[in-house]
Amino acid sequence: MAAKFDKTDDSVVVIIGTGAGGGVLANELAQKGVKVVALEAGGRYLPEDYINDEWESFGQLAWTDPRTTSGDWRVARDFPALPAWIVKAVGGTTTHWAGASLRFQDHEWKGKTTYGPVQGANLLDWPIDAAEMEPWYDLAEKKLGVTRTNGLPGLPGNNNYKVFEAGALALGYKEVSTGRMAINSVERDGRVSCQQTGFCFQGCKWGAKWSSAYTDIPRGEETGNLEVRDRSHAARILHDATGKVTGVEYFDAEGTLQMQKARIVCVAGNSFESPRLLLNSASSMFPDGLANSSGQVGRNYMRHMTGSVYATFEKPVRMWRGTTMAGIIRDEARHDPSRGFVGGYEFETLSLGLPFMAAFLDPGGWGREFTSALDAYETMAGMWIVGEDMPQETNRVTLNHDVTDQHGLPVVDVHFDDHPNDRAMRAHAYAQGRAIYEAVGATRTFPTPPYPSTHNLGTNRMSENPRDGVVNRWGQTHDVSNLFVSDGSQFTTGAAENPTLTIVALAIRQADHIAREMSARTI
Amino acid sequence: MTDQQAVRALTRRQLLARASAAGATLVVGAGFVAAPDAAWALETTALKPETFATLVQMARDIYPHDRVGTEYYAVAVKGYDSAEAAPMVEAGVAALDAAARGHGFASYLGTGWESDRVAILRGIEDSPFFQTVRGGLVTGLYNQKALWPLFGYEGESYSKGGYLHRGFDDIAWL
Repeated sequence: MAAKFDKTDDSVVVIIGTGAGGGVLANELAQKGVKVVALEAGGRYLPEDYINDEWESFGQLAWTDPRTTSGDWRVARDFPALPAWIVKAVGGTTTHWAGASLRFQDHEWKGKTTYGPVQGANLLDWPIDAAEMEPWYDLAEKKLGVTRTNGLPGLPGNNNYKVFEAGALALGYKEVSTGRMAINSVERDGRVSCQQTGFCFQGCKWGAKWSSAYTDIPRGEETGNLEVRDRSHAARILHDATGKVTGVEYFDAEGTLQMQKARIVCVAGNSFESPRLLLNSASSMFPDGLANSSGQVGRNYMRHMTGSVYATFEKPVRMWRGTTMAGIIRDEARHDPSRGFVGGYEFETLSLGLPFMAAFLDPGGWGREFTSALDAYETMAGMWIVGEDMPQETNRVTLNHDVTDQHGLPVVDVHFDDHPNDRAMRAHAYAQGRAIYEAVGATRTFPTPPYPSTHNLGTNRMSENPRDGVVNRWGQTHDVSNLFVSDGSQFTTGAAENPTLTIVALAIRQADHIAREMSARTI
Repeated sequence: MTDQQAVRALTRRQLLARASAAGATLVVGAGFVAAPDAAWALETTALKPETFATLVQMARDIYPHDRVGTEYYAVAVKGYDSAEAAPMVEAGVAALDAAARGHGFASYLGTGWESDRVAILRGIEDSPFFQTVRGGLVTGLYNQKALWPLFGYEGESYSKGGYLHRGFDDIAWL
């Protein structure tokens, strides 16, 4: 039975956002007996509501509130009002994510030490490491039911994977598989196994893919300790004269400003909305925004070095059939500066339906060069490349006071310039991706530019020293002891891996810490 | 009724008198455009039929798919036939015709060959009008479900139980 808490109840933990960070944190705290109010800007949708139609689903789930962009990244030119493809719904972007669940490589926790000085990069070591994270990764993999862990079999490979695998093996790559996925390969945890339906990005209608929307959220509600208020858009975090946060102002479904009191506030609104909320919470005591004495709130925005390679073949592939992200090549994920860049990247299969292929294959493209590619859509195979990008202080999320949202709040401007290391890595990955497909007879290959960002990281980064970042090793802000950051914005560096498993592991760990400190009355 | 059905609902009898060639479409007297073989027709309300015919031809020239019938392009740009959009479109098409005259043709539809029209479009591709039409086509054209089978795309599969037992891994040529 879902709880209902009074807005004046100042004993609750208020969590803003219900995705991989907030949704997991909410359930984990509720399981430990902590009372939680979760504010979610979006509505509540379940598998029966998901729509297997790309644009219609986008209209249902995507965060399309206004945002602006600047910088030399191609997204700013191709999709100036849509810097990110993330979700506004209970469950957040866990409805949309592909399911790839990879641990960081050990050295990736120590980017500054491993990579050494990189000009223009604001590298830093995480204050935590692989050994410390191992038990939390174990718990995260169990929660998500990650394939190829805990005795769970891998998923079967679809047509898109088979082309990808054959090309990879022909090139001599060794670490090629259908990957570690938070998609059931067997019936498990009350959810069926993957039916190879496609449309993983539109919400899994079978519930085979893990999403907090239909796992952690309802389980937290069953404890009687969690109240999720959907269509509740956080506007400002309030604090008292001692500098402790005391509550959260939010706009409810009717657009009326409400205030929920809180003992602790945890911000988990993704790497745009979390810093936006801290910046919009500026006060006379905190004129630069909450928890921003370092000046790092909003800075070091990372989005992973990404791009895609699509290829056409003589005969049909029908890549859209089955799991969208159906396999991975990990050989290039290593750190090997002899390739001309630091850090590494992964290849992961990807497919888009015809409508999204038309929108994303070559944004702005037209004429027969473009349409002849789509004419060969049925013969296409596709992959995504995802690698570590360099944190840069000037890549940042700021408030754009010239543009406001439906509630009159300043929106974010997202500024991003590719670092030379990002460009060198992308060039390498494009060439290798092309070679993979040419090895199995591609008739034409396409270097597709980055999509609006799905991996948004780093704008409230974790640091040992309060001068270098926004939160400490627990995600607790350096400046305000009862204010936490619980999403990917706390990432110190991005690593080469899809971030969700790490966000979940950090959230489980943070819940353990918060509950313990609450019991000890230290928060 | 789908857009395609609405387009096709008009009968050939409604089209035939006074038709004049206008690129991929015919202008059939006041307020009507039609396929040259009278397979479909569309009534315009806010746009001059010649303007709409030019827009349809421009749509095909931007995203030419030789196996896609002109009615899909007509559907894709039908939304511009509104009082709100008409001034922008009339001005844009007038500019397009002016660009065609700069290339030595009487109008955009007076060109005859695709290569000539593409050269004209290359000259205006940075204009807001071109970019508006092109951007609108990305969804207006490719999000027409009736068109997907022409590309082999199967759309949703949930209602059929997915592809687990229907060929998700049936590739045989590797």
